Amino acid sequence: MTATTAEAARRPGPRAPRLTGAVRITVLVAVLAVVLYPLLWVLGSSLKSPTELASNISVWPTDVTWANYTEGWNFSESLSFGRFFLNSTLIALATVVANAASCLVTAYAFARLRFRGRGVWFSVMIATLLLPGHVLVIPQYVLFESFGWVDSPLPLIVPKLLATEAFFVFLMVQFMRGIPRDLDDAARIDGCSPFGVFRYVILPLSRPALVTTAIFSFIWTWNDFFTQLVYLPSPDSYTVPIGLRLFIDSGGQTSIGPMLAMSVLSLAPVFLFFLAFQRFLVQGINTTGLKG
Amino acid sequence: MAVSTAPPPGRARTSVPARRKPADARRRAEGRAAHVFLTPWLLGLLAITAAPMLLSLYLSFTNFDVLSDWDQISWVGLDNYERMFTQDPVFWKSVGVTLTFALVAVPLKLAAALGVAMLLNRERRGTGLFRALFYLPSLLGGSVALALVWRAIFSRDGSFNAFLDIFGITGQPWVNDPDWALETLMVLAIWQFGAPMVIFLAGLKQVPTELYEAAEVDGAGPLRRFWHITLPMLSPVIFFNLVLETINGFQGFTSAYVVSDGTGGPVGATMLYTLHLYTQGFTEFKMGYASALAWVFLLAIGAITALFFSTGRFWVHYADGDGR
Repeated sequence: MTATTAEAARRPGPRAPRLTGAVRITVLVAVLAVVLYPLLWVLGSSLKSPTELASNISVWPTDVTWANYTEGWNFSESLSFGRFFLNSTLIALATVVANAASCLVTAYAFARLRFRGRGVWFSVMIATLLLPGHVLVIPQYVLFESFGWVDSPLPLIVPKLLATEAFFVFLMVQFMRGIPRDLDDAARIDGCSPFGVFRYVILPLSRPALVTTAIFSFIWTWNDFFTQLVYLPSPDSYTVPIGLRLFIDSGGQTSIGPMLAMSVLSLAPVFLFFLAFQRFLVQGINTTGLKG
Repeated sequence: MAVSTAPPPGRARTSVPARRKPADARRRAEGRAAHVFLTPWLLGLLAITAAPMLLSLYLSFTNFDVLSDWDQISWVGLDNYERMFTQDPVFWKSVGVTLTFALVAVPLKLAAALGVAMLLNRERRGTGLFRALFYLPSLLGGSVALALVWRAIFSRDGSFNAFLDIFGITGQPWVNDPDWALETLMVLAIWQFGAPMVIFLAGLKQVPTELYEAAEVDGAGPLRRFWHITLPMLSPVIFFNLVLETINGFQGFTSAYVVSDGTGGPVGATMLYTLHLYTQGFTEFKMGYASALAWVFLLAIGAITALFFSTGRFWVHYADGDGR
């Protein structure tokens, strides 16, 4: 009897008392402020003049100036961030297409086709997922060097054409397992070969997985530093991350403004992707545990 | 995978023997199609993964540097490995720095992720927005830009010191102080707690609310409910996040490179293992030695992963025998 009245008393309202609700919101907002501070700071500071950068510690500038952006964009007489952005964009787009296409066909074979040793090959694929990239970078460098590919985007793109991003293969296999097999069977009865099933059933229905793959491919490639540092040694082939590094070399307080301005520009595409595809991103992590 | 077409052929076999043929033909067609669809991946496995691994193993026993010709390579046996363990103080320094980084940053990052996930667990207005904003650093944090921002915020004249100044505290030149440089990198790593947080949130949704209600009726307070329900029920997800974040933690590179300008400084304080590997291979061109470093790295990560999986059965609790 007491239990039921207690339950009845608890049911209508939220389980936690109102006070903890307020505490909860306060804590969340405080954490959020700390989390967003660096982002707001870089945005605000990129609009400050050099004198204000040194003196004004508030996030937002009193006088907004765009000088940092023009100065940073034209880094030096021979180097412009226009070039770096173009290089980054081309490499990122090529990677998106390469990953999406190669991982889709690989995932189709693992998710839908029966062949000898499928279980073993699938385990091999999962094992490559855990293989740290740094372990392979030296022999790969030696390999691509012997092809004469160093200082071109090829070492960054060709491996993606060969479905080496096991994360995306795994993501797509997981997704395809959710597509009803009845559709395959129906297509087969209508005379479709395995290629036809791929073309008319799997490909159109895999669009959400393709979008997730495309977004993560773009963001990872855009943010990638290690491989671009290794394979793109000459300034003409620099991408945005490699170009940003120049600001450290030049050092000094005067270059901080332009450095922050170019940092903001380099973060902008990822941020826009985040705004547009937030739901896909969160879903992507949930299905595979992908890191951002 | 579980869906099988075995029953139809079975039926065909008993009633109409001739029907076996199309099923076999279909199976062969599928096998052939699989070869076609798997060709890119197999090529990649062979050329981009397997062959380089073997090449790297071979190189680790040589004095190879990329500047000399192939015919000048000589076999040096275990020299590289011996040098690593006995004559390379930077190796031991980098092992210490990497272990410290992973052992401190990963648990704190997961604790932050779990804490915020629990605050966000109940569906309320604005939960989605909070979740998205907390996740944002995970997308941006690995970039050179954010490492530069960190360098600026935690420099002597940075805004972190300006903030401390308000409370009358004289700050440090954090990123240039050997005692604090690694800590600033840890803060940058912890700042990206959003990705494991999203995974924790998905896990928390799976915990049946009846368990909490029953515990509450039995008089269990919030702490006991957390300890006896949330943690065990969440242990598969904690395990998953722990393995993933630890492996990622060992592979940190960008922030250390940018903050120290590629030197691993000040005084080796940010010399992560990957940075040592990169420096040996690509600025000193000691690629044989760097290959040996890479193999030790691979074995260490393998051993740590194996350790996780072998201890996991003592503390990971699968409610339905089928966790993630």
